Amino acid sequence: MAKVNITIDGHKVQVEDGSYILQAASELGIKIPTLCYYAHMTPYAACRICAVEARDSKGWSKIVTACNYPAWEGLQIVTDTPRVLNARRINLEMLLSRCKPVPVLQDLMNQLGVTEPRWGIGEDTCIKCGLCVRICDEVVGAHALSFSNRGINREVSTPFHLESDDCILCGACATYCPTGHIKMTDIEGRILHSELNLGPNSAIRISFRQAIPNVPRIHTNQCIHTKTGGCKICEKVCQKDAINFKDKDVIEEFDIGAVVVATGFQDFDPTPMKQFGYGKYANVLSAIEFEQMNNAASPTGGKIVMENGEEPRSIAMLHCIGSRDDNYHKYCSRVCCMYALKFAHLAVEKTKADIYQCYIDMRAFGKGYEEFYHRLLEEGVQVIRGKGAEIVPSPKARQKEGALLLKCEDTLISKYREIPVDMVVLCTALEAHSNASAFGRKLSISTGADGWFIEAHPKLAPVSTTTDGIYLAGVCQGPKDIPDTVAQGGAAAGQVLKLLGQGELYLDAAYAVIDEELCSGCKICNGMCPYTAISFNELKKVSEVNAALCKACGTCVAACPSGAITARHFTDEQIFAQIEGILQ
Amino acid sequence: MSFEPKILGILCNWCSYTGADLAGTARMKYPANMMSVRVMCSGRVDPGFILDAFKCGADGVLICGCHPGDCHYVEGNYKCMRRIPLTALVLKGLGIDPARLRLEWVSASEGGRFQEVVTEFTEQIRALGPLKLQEWKFDPVNPSGDKVTTQTEAVR
Repeated sequence: MAKVNITIDGHKVQVEDGSYILQAASELGIKIPTLCYYAHMTPYAACRICAVEARDSKGWSKIVTACNYPAWEGLQIVTDTPRVLNARRINLEMLLSRCKPVPVLQDLMNQLGVTEPRWGIGEDTCIKCGLCVRICDEVVGAHALSFSNRGINREVSTPFHLESDDCILCGACATYCPTGHIKMTDIEGRILHSELNLGPNSAIRISFRQAIPNVPRIHTNQCIHTKTGGCKICEKVCQKDAINFKDKDVIEEFDIGAVVVATGFQDFDPTPMKQFGYGKYANVLSAIEFEQMNNAASPTGGKIVMENGEEPRSIAMLHCIGSRDDNYHKYCSRVCCMYALKFAHLAVEKTKADIYQCYIDMRAFGKGYEEFYHRLLEEGVQVIRGKGAEIVPSPKARQKEGALLLKCEDTLISKYREIPVDMVVLCTALEAHSNASAFGRKLSISTGADGWFIEAHPKLAPVSTTTDGIYLAGVCQGPKDIPDTVAQGGAAAGQVLKLLGQGELYLDAAYAVIDEELCSGCKICNGMCPYTAISFNELKKVSEVNAALCKACGTCVAACPSGAITARHFTDEQIFAQIEGILQ
Repeated sequence: MSFEPKILGILCNWCSYTGADLAGTARMKYPANMMSVRVMCSGRVDPGFILDAFKCGADGVLICGCHPGDCHYVEGNYKCMRRIPLTALVLKGLGIDPARLRLEWVSASEGGRFQEVVTEFTEQIRALGPLKLQEWKFDPVNPSGDKVTTQTEAVR
C-alpha cells in the first residue's frame, strides 16, 4: 500500500494511505482519549471523545474523530487545541446527559475539567459505544448481541430481550464494556466477581506461577476460537507468532518397568452443604482458596482481604467439612486440623482479626504439631470444641461486628453460641479423584470404598499394590500430610530401584496353568482375566497363561468349561479333598 | 439332642478369610458349625464345590468375598456374584432349598460382621433342618419318576 506523510502535533510520520489517525498517534505515543475504540474491531466513532483537529497546508481545518478518520498526504493533526478540548468536553457532556458518571466518565470529567454538565446527568450506565455488539459480531463471531430500537430508545440487547441461544457465555461483552453496564451473572442471579477468582482466568494463561514449562497454554474449553472459530486476538498480538491453535494432545508410548502412582486427591466441593453458604456468601471460602489468597503471588499479594478489599475483623475456620461426616466421607481427612492451625497462624501474623476454630477433635498427630497447637492457643486463637452448624447473614443488630453469623455449639461449656464473623474458611476434606477407580482399572489396581487406591498390605506392604511393579505414593492411597507423602514417595522409589536393580523377577509359586491337551480354545478364560495374563495362541489354537502376570485368583479355573486350567496350590483336587475332609 | 448343622464356608483369602482371622484375634465367638476352606478369590468358587459340599452332607454353604469394588483381583467377586444365583437355580432343580446357599461380602476389617453373618446363617440352617436329598431315577416311561427320599448317606 502507498505511504503518505502526515503530521501529528508537529511530529512527522509516514503511515499507510487510508489508515486511521488514532492508530498512528498511539504508535507515536500521543494519547488520544477514547471510549469506543479497540484495535481489533472496526472503528465506530460512537463516543466521539477522540475528537481531533484536521488541517491542510492551505488553511482548511475541521474537527474529526481520530478513530475512523483516514490519513492522506499532507494531513496535519492537532490533538490539544482549545477547539479540540472544547469539542471533547461537549461530547462528554452529551454522554453524561444520559449516563451516570461511572469511573471511566469520571476520569474524563477530571481530565477535561467538566464539573457540572450543562444538560444534567442521566440515570443510564450504557453509552451506546457498541463495543459489546462489535466484539460479539466481529471477534467472537457469536452474533448474540445487537442494537435495537431507534433514536433515544436505542439499546443493546439480545433478540427480543430473550436469552440468546447464540450466546456462548464467553463474557467478552462484559470484559470490554467500558462503563460496566454489562455484568456476568450466574443462574441464581448473583453477580460473578472476577476479583473473587483467585487464579488467572483467561482462556490463554500460564496455569500457575511455577508451572513447567513456564509458557501460556490455551484452555480449549474456554477459548472463544474453539467455540466459534473467531477471535484469534492472542494470535494478532503475539509478535513472536508463537500461538498455535492446532496443537493437540499426542499419545506417546514408552516401555517401562515400574509405575509409581502419585495422582493425589481432589478437593471436596462444599457447595452441596447448603448450611455453610459456600458459593452464596462471597466471604465464605474453601481452604484452597484461602491458601491461594495467602500466596505472595496471589492477586491480593498475600494479603487476607474480603471481597470488598477490606481486612476482615474476624475469621472463623470450620473443621471437618465433608470429612468425619456420615453424609459425605466417614474418614478423617488427617491434614485439616494442622492446615487450619497454619491458617490461623498466618491470619494472626497478617491481620488483627479474631480467629475462631470450630473443631470436633484437635488432631495434632505429628512431631512438633501439638507444640504448634499450644503456641497458637498462646497467640490468642479461640478454639471451640464443636462442629460449626450453620452460616447465615448477621441480624441487623450485630452487623457491625460481622456480616456473617456462625452458629455452633461449644461442647466444653455446653452452650449454643452465635458468633458474628467477617470471613469463613471451610476446611474441606481431601477426597479421592472421581475417576480414580476407572484409572485404577487401567492399572489393575483396586480402590477401596472411599475411592483411595488399596495397598498390598496395610502394614507389611504399604507402598506396593496387588499388581507387581505398580507402587503408590502420597494421597492417592489415603489422606496424608507432606512428610508422610515424601516418606512414602521415597519408599516407592526405593521399591522401584529394588525391582529394576535385581534384573530378574521372583514369582509366586501359585499361578494358573492350562493343559494344552484339554483346552478347546473357547477363549472364555481370555476375557475373565483381570490381569490380561491369558492370551490365545492362534498357532496352537489354545489359550496360554503368562505366569509373570498371573496372580492366581483362580477366576479362569472356575470358568473353564473343559477343566483345562489348574490353579497351582489351589487345584480342584485339593479343594474337593478339603471339602470332603471337613464334611466327613 | 438338638440338630447341629454342618456348614461349609468358602472364604476368599484377602477379605473374608482375613476378616475371620480378625474375628478370632478380637475374641469374637461364632458357631463352630461353620468350617472354612480358603480360596484365593471368590471368583475361584466353582459351582462344583458347592454341589460337592451338599453331596458330602453339608446342610448349608456360605461363600464370602470382598465387597463389590474392593476385590483384590479387581473383579473376581463380580464373577462370583453372577455364578451364585445360577448355582442356586441348579440347587432348586435338584430339590435343595436355595436358602441353604448364601453369598456374603465381608471385608478384612469386618470381624464383627463375619461373626454376625455366620451366627445368623447357622440359625437359618438350623431352622431349615437337616438336608434331605431326593434321589432321582430317570424313567423314560414315567419322566416325573419315583421320588425316594433318603438320608444323604444313602446317596453316597
